[in-house]
Amino acid sequence: MSVTTGSPGTFSHIGYVLRGNPVTLLSFVMFAILIIAAVLGPLLVPYDPLASEAANALQPPSWAHWFGTDNLGRDVFSRVVTATRLDLMISISAVTLSLVAGSILGAIAGYWGGWLDAVLNRVMDTIMAFPLFVLAMGIVAALGNTVENIVYATAVINTPFYARLVRAEVNIRREAGFVHAAKLAGNSDIRVLAMHIFPNALPPMMVQMSLNLGWAILNAAGLSFIGLGVRPPTAEWGIMVAEGANFIVSGEWWLAVFPGLALMFAVFTFNLMGDGLRDIVDPRQRT
Amino acid sequence: MLSVTNLAVRFQTRRGPVDALKGVSLDVASGEILGVVGESGSGKSVTAYSIMRLLEAGGQVTNGTVRYGGVDLSDPTENQMGNIRGREISMIFQNPRAALNPIRRVGDQIGDVLRRHARATRTTARAQAIKALEAVRIRDAAARVDAYPFELSGGMCQRVVIALALACDPKLLIMDEPTTGLDITTQKAVMDLVADLIRDRGMSAILITHDLGLASGYCDRIMVMRDGEVVERGTPFSLFTAPEHPYTRRLIDATPRLGAQIRELLPVEARTPLPERRVEDEPLLQVRNLIKTFPSRSGPVHAVRDVSFTINKGQTLGLVGESGCGKSTTSAMVVRLLDPTSGQIIFRGEDLAATPASRFARDPRRARIQMVFQDATDSLNPRHTSRQTIAEPLRRLGDGASDERIAELADLVGLPLPLLDRFPHQLSGGQKARVGIARAIALDPDLLILDEPTAALDVSIQAIVLNLLIDLQARLGISYLFVSHDLNVVRLLCDQVIVMQGGSIVEQGPAEQVMRNPATDYTRSLVAAAPQPPALIDAAQ
Amino acid sequence: MSPRLKGILFRMAQAIPVVIGVVVIGFVLTRALPGDPAVYFAGAAADAASIAEIRTMLGLDLPLPQQFLIYVGDLLSGDFGQSISTGQPVIADLASRLPASLELTLVALLLSCAIAIPLGVMAATRPGSLVDHACRVLVTAGVSLPTFFTGVVLIYIFYYLLGIAPSPLGRLDFIYIEPDRITGFYLIDSALAGDVETFFAALRQLVLPAITLALFTLAPIARMTRAAMLGALSADFVRTARAAGLTGRTVRYTYAFRNALLPVVTTLGMVFSFTLGANVLVEKVFAWPGIGSYAVEALVVSDYAAVQGFVLAMAFLFVALNLLIDVTYTLIDPRIGFEAS
Repeated sequence: MSVTTGSPGTFSHIGYVLRGNPVTLLSFVMFAILIIAAVLGPLLVPYDPLASEAANALQPPSWAHWFGTDNLGRDVFSRVVTATRLDLMISISAVTLSLVAGSILGAIAGYWGGWLDAVLNRVMDTIMAFPLFVLAMGIVAALGNTVENIVYATAVINTPFYARLVRAEVNIRREAGFVHAAKLAGNSDIRVLAMHIFPNALPPMMVQMSLNLGWAILNAAGLSFIGLGVRPPTAEWGIMVAEGANFIVSGEWWLAVFPGLALMFAVFTFNLMGDGLRDIVDPRQRT
Repeated sequence: MLSVTNLAVRFQTRRGPVDALKGVSLDVASGEILGVVGESGSGKSVTAYSIMRLLEAGGQVTNGTVRYGGVDLSDPTENQMGNIRGREISMIFQNPRAALNPIRRVGDQIGDVLRRHARATRTTARAQAIKALEAVRIRDAAARVDAYPFELSGGMCQRVVIALALACDPKLLIMDEPTTGLDITTQKAVMDLVADLIRDRGMSAILITHDLGLASGYCDRIMVMRDGEVVERGTPFSLFTAPEHPYTRRLIDATPRLGAQIRELLPVEARTPLPERRVEDEPLLQVRNLIKTFPSRSGPVHAVRDVSFTINKGQTLGLVGESGCGKSTTSAMVVRLLDPTSGQIIFRGEDLAATPASRFARDPRRARIQMVFQDATDSLNPRHTSRQTIAEPLRRLGDGASDERIAELADLVGLPLPLLDRFPHQLSGGQKARVGIARAIALDPDLLILDEPTAALDVSIQAIVLNLLIDLQARLGISYLFVSHDLNVVRLLCDQVIVMQGGSIVEQGPAEQVMRNPATDYTRSLVAAAPQPPALIDAAQ
Repeated sequence: MSPRLKGILFRMAQAIPVVIGVVVIGFVLTRALPGDPAVYFAGAAADAASIAEIRTMLGLDLPLPQQFLIYVGDLLSGDFGQSISTGQPVIADLASRLPASLELTLVALLLSCAIAIPLGVMAATRPGSLVDHACRVLVTAGVSLPTFFTGVVLIYIFYYLLGIAPSPLGRLDFIYIEPDRITGFYLIDSALAGDVETFFAALRQLVLPAITLALFTLAPIARMTRAAMLGALSADFVRTARAAGLTGRTVRYTYAFRNALLPVVTTLGMVFSFTLGANVLVEKVFAWPGIGSYAVEALVVSDYAAVQGFVLAMAFLFVALNLLIDVTYTLIDPRIGFEAS
């Protein structure tokens, strides 16, 4: 494959894209912040996210506790930063799984068509026949209330998006001149599909992937919010909003608002990154 | 009646301002047809859009005036301009099916225009629409008026578009490439129809086209444009017999026509002597009783019905026909991308049809037959540089992709070496065509199939590419199967020709003979429909 | 048979394998899991004897194919299992709580379309204007909002800080009596009974949850409308219409908008899917007694039959909705029947 690495100046092209679009640059900076929080956060936070101190409960934000303390006296800031690792891990694993599975299935269905295509369509239609969040609920409830199962459930409900996208992109290009030329050059069907057709589907996939990363986080947080997957005292943004929601009606807003804002920040970052990623991967953006 | 003076138009693009028109002037008198001829990027369409004030968002008129019937067309408001469009000046575009609203009945669309210009009321609109359809000679207009565009053929859609444009009896009709994409015979029918209607109604018209031959067949005067400027004006006869500007001369030379030799398509300075070509007696390819039937929901489709032909070593065979005749299916089978339903493809004594297409990619004979594809944009992988595109066959089937070999190929096809590291979207049409040819000859094939290789190119680039193909053939001894709908090009390049219709061979023989003295009516109608420059028509008469 | 009718029947026929697939997945989730399903169905507090009782009652010791037939038979007769927390058949519970969810969802969707579609159209017809930028900001920010979080924040601002919203405790403040149940929709029922006070009370309770849900769906609908409108406005047939002198209004609405509606209608299917999921979250935040909160409560007490019954019911509801949308699409787009025949 090696198209982008083999051709001149991949890094200079990335630099060009980042410089050309300030929004993209901003999104990459935000993403860097998230990664740092996920990797180094747990080592750098001022308090132990699990350490409860009843005497200090429900303190509003102050210099000692930037985001205040929750009902068990735990530091909200430390919990929010620590939760980054868990939430990012869940969403990235789930999206990676669905991307790989969906791409392979979609590519096969789009290229060879026939009964493979028909079966795949029916399976994907069936998955999409369930309201997606509801299906995730059903899967986690059935398989057991663990974080791994949230990942699997999220992966399952995201797969149809990739399968459909890749199938459509492969289908459009199946009869293109360059595909025939690749066969004339001695490439077997599988090589043509993997090396020539599929890389051209990457730009739209990048956009879909960034959207999906956002959904996956919202999904995982939503599942935790209703009590599936993550259990107290684990720090995770969704479960923190759930616990904090009980206190918001009595005015202690900081328990729910800060993890919610962190969620928004992460999802927003991924959404902004989508266009930038696509521009990096699309050779038509090079001048 | 229409007078354009010093029109200048500028577009704001991502790479800065672009001057699409640099001071264009033209006049159209009452009752005359003016042809505007130019290659891509000449600004001919922009001129038309500016007259109608239909420029896209990025474009602006920076200088000049457009006067219609004495009125400066920059004065009216958008609403008043809407009164003029359709009622005084109408425009028709290429790609007729896309030009019609896909979810609205044809009669309703014509009715909308009639009611807008107060030529009909809600109750009378349908009857008036039927009359408009009858005026463009659509049979059974009363039934067709309720049809949706997807239910009509391409030629019929173009007639509907014409009916829409002429419904309110405008005085000036602007036609922007109205025949591009249509079959030759449909092309002639549509143009004859429009010419008749214009003359019957005493209208004026502007015909915008890249085809000089077409323009000379229908226009009273022609204006040649290049890079946003008018290069020359004159009657078709004077332009063809005594062109003044070198660019006009180049365009005329490059237009394939009766009696011209292939070298005469190029400008005088480039006419090197034709290299020696050897056509042997020994057959290289023998196609016998080739049949291809596709299953479909409405019964089997006989795309190719019992086709047989031979190509000798070093020979060029032309395969000609209109869309749907089976020529592309035949060439796909010969190059082994498609399996025939039955029949033999004997290449150097072996039947290639015995090996299924899915396994042929790894067959040792794969390198012997290669193909140059039609649409140069589609035929190059957008993610590969020219170098990678040319290297691919060498890597997979050859001795590896050495830089020397790639440079040698680039040289052979006249591709400047720096362009090897560019992506397809950074190359021009002619450059992409060269990359496609370099890739096809990389493995030194014996047989090259060319599927409309120049259809999408400007006429002057086409001339260069056709001459390149002739030179390569002489140098490398390749045989060609040249598939095209353009009879004039086929006549220039091919030794023998086959005419196909409805999946069968209708006529075959030496190219010059078939073109000059067609034996069947179908071939005769094809030859008659091909546009010819006036000097030759006059000379022939 | 007219090609349109054929197209509609074709779409309906296409739904059948999907329904079969849903049933199969439902079966897998409820019977064919690793571990002992009987334990799940008996609940957390069951002892060995009741587990064994449940096992025989549900036929869980029979071979799988036989179980599948029993399962399908149960579904066809409307038996979605028994809820251990309410003691009622799951289907009865769902039927009684469905109108609450539907009322909320429909009001939210109506609100959302009423804002998003005109916004998308205006953004497309006035590129570069304030409306266009507002639309783009809304779309990017809107997809980032977690529904449950926005609900919580709205409660904090409008109930706690500003005091203008009623307390988020369900469909009707406790001082009011439910209107007589005709449709189950409080707004319709109270209107039919002429009870103006109850009507407005129900409406007041609806506002915040409907806005929360609507915010969630605004973004994809606005985005799709804008994109579809832009696509239609730059299409060749719009150029023809303008060249023929048709007024800006005719071009925008009769020509561009109607064509743009087609992809918007298809998007509605996706939006429904997200909404039915987001419903669950919104109902929890606002203590709305719909089927979403029913499922959440069931999860807490490990009422397995209720949860899976909910999942299955939602799927069937969604399939029906999608079919409705598909049929609507077939009616609007005249090309469909032609392709199918």
